[in-house]
Amino acid sequence: MPGILVIAESNEGGIAPISFELIAAARELSGEGAGNVTALIAGSEGDAQQFIAHGADAAIAATNPALKSNLGEAYLPAVQGAIESTGADIVLVGQTSLGRDLGPALAFANKTAVAMDCVALKIEGGRLRATRSAYGGNARAEVTWKAPLQVATVKAKSFDALEADSGRSGSVTSSDAGAEPKVKVLGVSKAEATGVRLEDAPVVVSGGRGLGDPSAFGMLEELTKLLHGATGASRAACDLGWYPPSQQVGLTGKTVSPDLYIAVAISGASQHMAGMSSSKNIVAINKDGDANMVKVSKFAVVDDYKKVVPALIEEIKKLG
Amino acid sequence: MNIIVCVKQIPDPETPAASFKVDEAAKKVIPAQGIPPVVNPFDPQATEAALRLKDATGGGKVTVISLGADSARDAIKHALAMGADEGVLLSDPSFDGIDNFETAVALSKAIEKVGEYDLVLTGRAAADWDMGVVPAGLGQLLGIPVVTIAKAIESDGSSVKVERVLDDGFQSVEAPLPAVVSVSNEFGEPRYPQLRQIMLAAKKTVQVWSAADLGLGADETGSANRWLPLEALYVPKVESNVEIIEGDTPEEKAHNLALKLRAAKLI
Repeated sequence: MPGILVIAESNEGGIAPISFELIAAARELSGEGAGNVTALIAGSEGDAQQFIAHGADAAIAATNPALKSNLGEAYLPAVQGAIESTGADIVLVGQTSLGRDLGPALAFANKTAVAMDCVALKIEGGRLRATRSAYGGNARAEVTWKAPLQVATVKAKSFDALEADSGRSGSVTSSDAGAEPKVKVLGVSKAEATGVRLEDAPVVVSGGRGLGDPSAFGMLEELTKLLHGATGASRAACDLGWYPPSQQVGLTGKTVSPDLYIAVAISGASQHMAGMSSSKNIVAINKDGDANMVKVSKFAVVDDYKKVVPALIEEIKKLG
Repeated sequence: MNIIVCVKQIPDPETPAASFKVDEAAKKVIPAQGIPPVVNPFDPQATEAALRLKDATGGGKVTVISLGADSARDAIKHALAMGADEGVLLSDPSFDGIDNFETAVALSKAIEKVGEYDLVLTGRAAADWDMGVVPAGLGQLLGIPVVTIAKAIESDGSSVKVERVLDDGFQSVEAPLPAVVSVSNEFGEPRYPQLRQIMLAAKKTVQVWSAADLGLGADETGSANRWLPLEALYVPKVESNVEIIEGDTPEEKAHNLALKLRAAKLI
């Protein structure tokens, strides 16, 4: 009997939203013939119970304290045990700190592959077929698995969580499987917040090499301040020393998904897109109407930023 | 301490989107005209970490391994110019079109062939496929611990202390050596090779090992033996819904943009 095992996780705020999105994804696959959905969560049976209402057929509370390390290695015995007890041939994990560590470790431990950061999943001929981004979002790849066990990590917000339905029922069990990992955790610290963190800012204003002049960031910072946001920069601008590397948005920088992303003089190469393409609304200010950033934006001003940005600052002040 | 660094050559992530093309039938990226491939942007950090650890622990050897086409020598030479001691290129016609999992198998055999090592370092992921699975693979295949996504690494020669980057903070961990550690961009700026070092690196020989040299079986390599078969590769259609803001002057466009943003409740 095939089945789907979802590795759920929690954070300070309770069950992480990605966990319910994974259940929704698994429910869709189940509808396509992939079998029952089982959720596994490091926590209590009370935590596990929530997944039944959100769409799981069964839930396992993994109670071994070693799982608190959030290291893939520590999760392996519990996950392997759940694969054996449920007969699951699909394992879904979130593309999170845990997923990045556990997904590949689980795959290699089972001599199978993992598809990382998937955005779509479907069942074809009884087997999983996953879609993921490659080349910094420039390409999409569709993959299948050679070995029986199919492991995938799923990008956040790729699926909509189901409404909780307290009328649903399912079995909740617990497992204390776990192993003291070879890697020992010495401590955990939170990211320091100085001003508005780039990753948390509702508005991000970024500049690129097209600014042509590092002093232009002063103008962007003024706009940023007015919009209570954070200022970012492309790798090209950071490499030129125009803006601190800590503010770099992109593949090798920060990943942001603000409500409003204003890209000033940024062409939109994959290096940059990888860090901001999930922004909810993109505004491009660029001289080149054919720039990729213009194409992907909601609104674009095709003109010289040196005139547009100061005028925009004045207009926003007027609107109050 | 003896350290092995795995590096990869990839298409330049700064390639303009308009120049990015895929051969859908071959399921391959068509190299962009006039834009040479580059070292995966996370890999110089791994090399930098290796060089600093070598110095901090009083010597040893840094060996750079890359699997790829002949042009991947440039990725190895870059690490040699930074200060790495030896380079090995894994090159074989059967490596064409292999996946990250087969790559991990080949690299693990190469690491065993190099023999003496205390630490294996990689970038956190390669920016082309962005999978980040090779470090875990090397750990499992070599039977040693793995620590992923490091921003800082210290070692006393018998264990390694690593500051890991998490989604919402940092985790400090310790692992016995030998171990595999993947290094993130948060590690900091790698050194930039100087002209003299580039010239010296050009003179260093890079060994070339084939699939047979690694003892890879016919079923362990080749695109037909992918663990994760690639069914399709394509450039997604960008549905451009852009509204180009009208106006006769930049000021008028700015005015109209502000009104649009206000109407959309974005400001």
